[in-house]
Amino acid sequence: MIDSDIVVGLEVHCQLDTKSKLFCGCSTDYRNDGPNTHVCPVCLGLPGTMPVLNRRAIEYAMRVAKALNCTVIPESEFSRKNYFYPDLDKAYQVTQYDKPLAEGGYVEIEGDDGKERKIQLTRIHVEEDPGRLVHMGNAERGRYSLVDYNRAGIPLIEIVSEPEMRSPKEARKFLNKLRATLEYLGVFDPEKEGSLRVDANISLRGSERVEIKNITSYKGVERALTFEVTRQKNQLRRGLKVDRETRHYLEARGITQSARSKEQENDYRYFPEPDLRPLRVQSWVKDIVLPELPDARRERFVRQYGCSLNHARTLTGELKMANFFEAVVAGEKTGLCTLAATWIADTLAGELNYRSMGIDAVDAKKFTGLLDLLKAGTITDKSGVEVLRVMLDERLKGETVETPEAIVSRLNLAKTTDDEDAYIAVISEVIDENPKALEDYKAGKRGAINFLVGQAMKKTRGRADPDMLNRLMIAILDKYGAVT
Amino acid sequence: MVTEKDVEHIGELADIGIDTAELATFTGQFNAIVEYFDVLDRVQGDGAVARDLYNVLRDDIVEPSLSQDEATRNAGAQEDGFIKAPRVM
Amino acid sequence: MAVHTISFEPDDRYNAFLKVCAKPSHGEGKLTGIAVAVKDNISTQGIETTCASKILKGYIPPYDAHAVGLIKAAGAAVAGKTNMDEFGMGTSTENSAFGPTLNPCDTGRVPGGSSGGSAAAVAAGMVRMALGTDTGGSIRCPAAFCGIVGLKPSYGRVSRYGLIAYANSLETIGPMAKNVADVSLLMSVIAGHDRKDTTSYNKPYAHAPSADIKGLRIGIPEEYFGKGVDPEVASVVRKAIGRLEELGAVTVPCSIPSMEYALAAYYVICTSEASSNLARFDGVRYGPAADTKKSWHAAYQDVRKQGFGPEVRRRIMLGTFALSSGYYGKYYAKAQIARENVRKDFTRLFSDVDVLCGPTMPTIAFKLGEKSDPLSMYLSDILTVPVNLAGIPAISVPCGKVQGMPVGLQVMGRQFEDERVIDVAYAYEQAVKQ
Repeated sequence: MIDSDIVVGLEVHCQLDTKSKLFCGCSTDYRNDGPNTHVCPVCLGLPGTMPVLNRRAIEYAMRVAKALNCTVIPESEFSRKNYFYPDLDKAYQVTQYDKPLAEGGYVEIEGDDGKERKIQLTRIHVEEDPGRLVHMGNAERGRYSLVDYNRAGIPLIEIVSEPEMRSPKEARKFLNKLRATLEYLGVFDPEKEGSLRVDANISLRGSERVEIKNITSYKGVERALTFEVTRQKNQLRRGLKVDRETRHYLEARGITQSARSKEQENDYRYFPEPDLRPLRVQSWVKDIVLPELPDARRERFVRQYGCSLNHARTLTGELKMANFFEAVVAGEKTGLCTLAATWIADTLAGELNYRSMGIDAVDAKKFTGLLDLLKAGTITDKSGVEVLRVMLDERLKGETVETPEAIVSRLNLAKTTDDEDAYIAVISEVIDENPKALEDYKAGKRGAINFLVGQAMKKTRGRADPDMLNRLMIAILDKYGAVT
Repeated sequence: MVTEKDVEHIGELADIGIDTAELATFTGQFNAIVEYFDVLDRVQGDGAVARDLYNVLRDDIVEPSLSQDEATRNAGAQEDGFIKAPRVM
Repeated sequence: MAVHTISFEPDDRYNAFLKVCAKPSHGEGKLTGIAVAVKDNISTQGIETTCASKILKGYIPPYDAHAVGLIKAAGAAVAGKTNMDEFGMGTSTENSAFGPTLNPCDTGRVPGGSSGGSAAAVAAGMVRMALGTDTGGSIRCPAAFCGIVGLKPSYGRVSRYGLIAYANSLETIGPMAKNVADVSLLMSVIAGHDRKDTTSYNKPYAHAPSADIKGLRIGIPEEYFGKGVDPEVASVVRKAIGRLEELGAVTVPCSIPSMEYALAAYYVICTSEASSNLARFDGVRYGPAADTKKSWHAAYQDVRKQGFGPEVRRRIMLGTFALSSGYYGKYYAKAQIARENVRKDFTRLFSDVDVLCGPTMPTIAFKLGEKSDPLSMYLSDILTVPVNLAGIPAISVPCGKVQGMPVGLQVMGRQFEDERVIDVAYAYEQAVKQ
């Protein structure tokens, strides 16, 4: 549904996947370690310390700028954003204000109307992440916070879009495209928890703009915006005004809540960071070699492997899935490609999602083996799904994953031989057991065929070839002299 | 002319905690100083700064961090390696 | 490297030291065994560093400032931490939270500031050398008031890593001693590039002072001898410049028009940077603890109200004001333009002359408690701040007395020509020795 009254803009913060922090040599690999074990005098903001800029962070940010068709400005600089918060150990965040790294650019998405559209970007800049707060206590025992500065100083890239998205769904597509692009560029690891944060701006035409801060999941963005659309429409329907404000998204409850705090009226008193020198990196752009990006890869999948556009879109939507697909079809002819595309994009994706597993968990060789069995007609599609589920569940439980052949053998899933007599025997049994179905069929109810075929499939525990079963069922029913 | 209300507002912006007893004195001193700053209104120029150093960068190499103890040693209160702070209400 | 220990028990009747290291250890090098006093805004590993403020009481840095590391590597013993105006904000060391330092030449007068403790420690003979810092004159002023030598190096020639920031774009660490040779020696140890400070230049200092200034062109800016400068002080300094002429230098009258607003520009810039630099003192990670039972903003305000002295709070407010929305263009942006004009004035002058000379301070050391009005205190910096705005080197060398109190001759030079500035001071010093 296209609601031309909705206007959405996004500010996306992604952690850049460098080895060390933005301004010091502390390792960025902090997630499995205890609090305050990845800090040094610089990122702890101890008095007298000074930042030194990480070259790779700038290189990564420039890769993104080039991939998104932004213009890198001739001279950019860092500024201080001053505010007071326990997780901000210098009481200012070093960011970029009036001279960001790059401006302009766009992200292409498939609009809600099915047409490709460019969502323009305002700017891209680099900044540091603050620390992490854990809120403790309660009204009786007293409230306080615990602070872990491991995250302080992690490099972030901030990508700001123009307010050009027209629905929560488009916002999610924008985010997915952006995520995939950054992943393909090798500058961002989407699997790291908290590595992506979004602030969303939404307004209904004619109404004030509402900002929703700090949404930390992709689905959360769409849910938060959907909630806001409803909330704002309800306000207007009641004859009330929509206030211009900042709200927080509460993930657990799926709602947004007003953030009535001092932070809303902040005057950040930006000024250029005196401890850092300016950047003149426009000349680096021409030497940046971009890898194949999602759109190009999608087009290549259609061209090279004959994938449908939809399959190609799903397959290239995540780097690992695209790589998996190509590993599976390596050297194969077009025939297997379609099978692989369907099974990966439709079946495997769903099964993985259901189990909250990543495609990393799947052995490409074993998966290819499964496809081979399906192609050879050794097992039916239904059995194929069963085999896949067994493999995934074994992996999930930490057991050794069997080969598809072993599973088929163990569970006796091989298709019954194309022995017509065996089929006829089963069909006859089923017809005998279901006289009413036969009567229905004679009366002209076609649905009876499906029912009887289903019963026959049940008897063969899904191993029968459905096409053959259907053909023979009709042939036999014919003999009963019914109308088809 | 900077008023006591202005000074109060700046005190809030700076979270510096001025109490009413100091407000009058502060405002008087503030005004004298800010009035002195007015000479800047006469300054002419485009302020284009000739920068001599730029692109000062370091390689992406990991260096040792402080131990948890060293990092939290100067803190007034700690809990399980975290540093305790007043909560934003 | 062998490690030795010395005994340091100074008779500190001037309150020059906040902390004395009674048995400091030392290695070997250019400064073997020399006890060096370190101003208390310079981080010293394992030694309490307070910036003479209650808000940092008990703070023990886990690292050494780069300059401290260098003097230790050169064999010096860190004698102790010296008193100062709180966070460097002041011209008299009266703004210390731990009592003022007294001027050894007259204990009823201020030693100057903000490096008053370092200057007094040297002047009283407690230490041979000291490190100070100069943001708007804080090395040169106390050097002049106490009758010792103090060098403000070119900006970026000495690493600021470990110097607890007051105004990042203006300040530098510098050497102080009784004579020019010792100042030069200490400078040779601390100057040089530091990769932890990206505003530092690769310009080491390896210079033996030379007294030969024949043919040197000295500019005499009229603003340094105009209104606001005590006539007796001006006279003593003119006589000193006369000595330089006898040594073969040539004087040229000149003018620095931007002096008209240099002080205003300085105070806008330094208070703006300070308002940002001092916001991190919230009692959470170091310093006297914030009350975690209070809400964040209430606790934060409490810490700052109790921990900062009135001058510091005044400057934080001025800086907050200057940067605030609606005023940034009028103050901070204008101050930066003013600063560029000051730089341009110096560049223009230095295409004709080699150094500029004048008094370091407009008066002799004033009496304790005499300057209670903040603005009148700020006005004492008028002759020293232009140098910080431009980032050029300047030295103060004793050149006579007025009413029994020392007067300092200030020599200012081109950026990175610290060696020449040292030479002029040396030439004068050697000439009057005889």
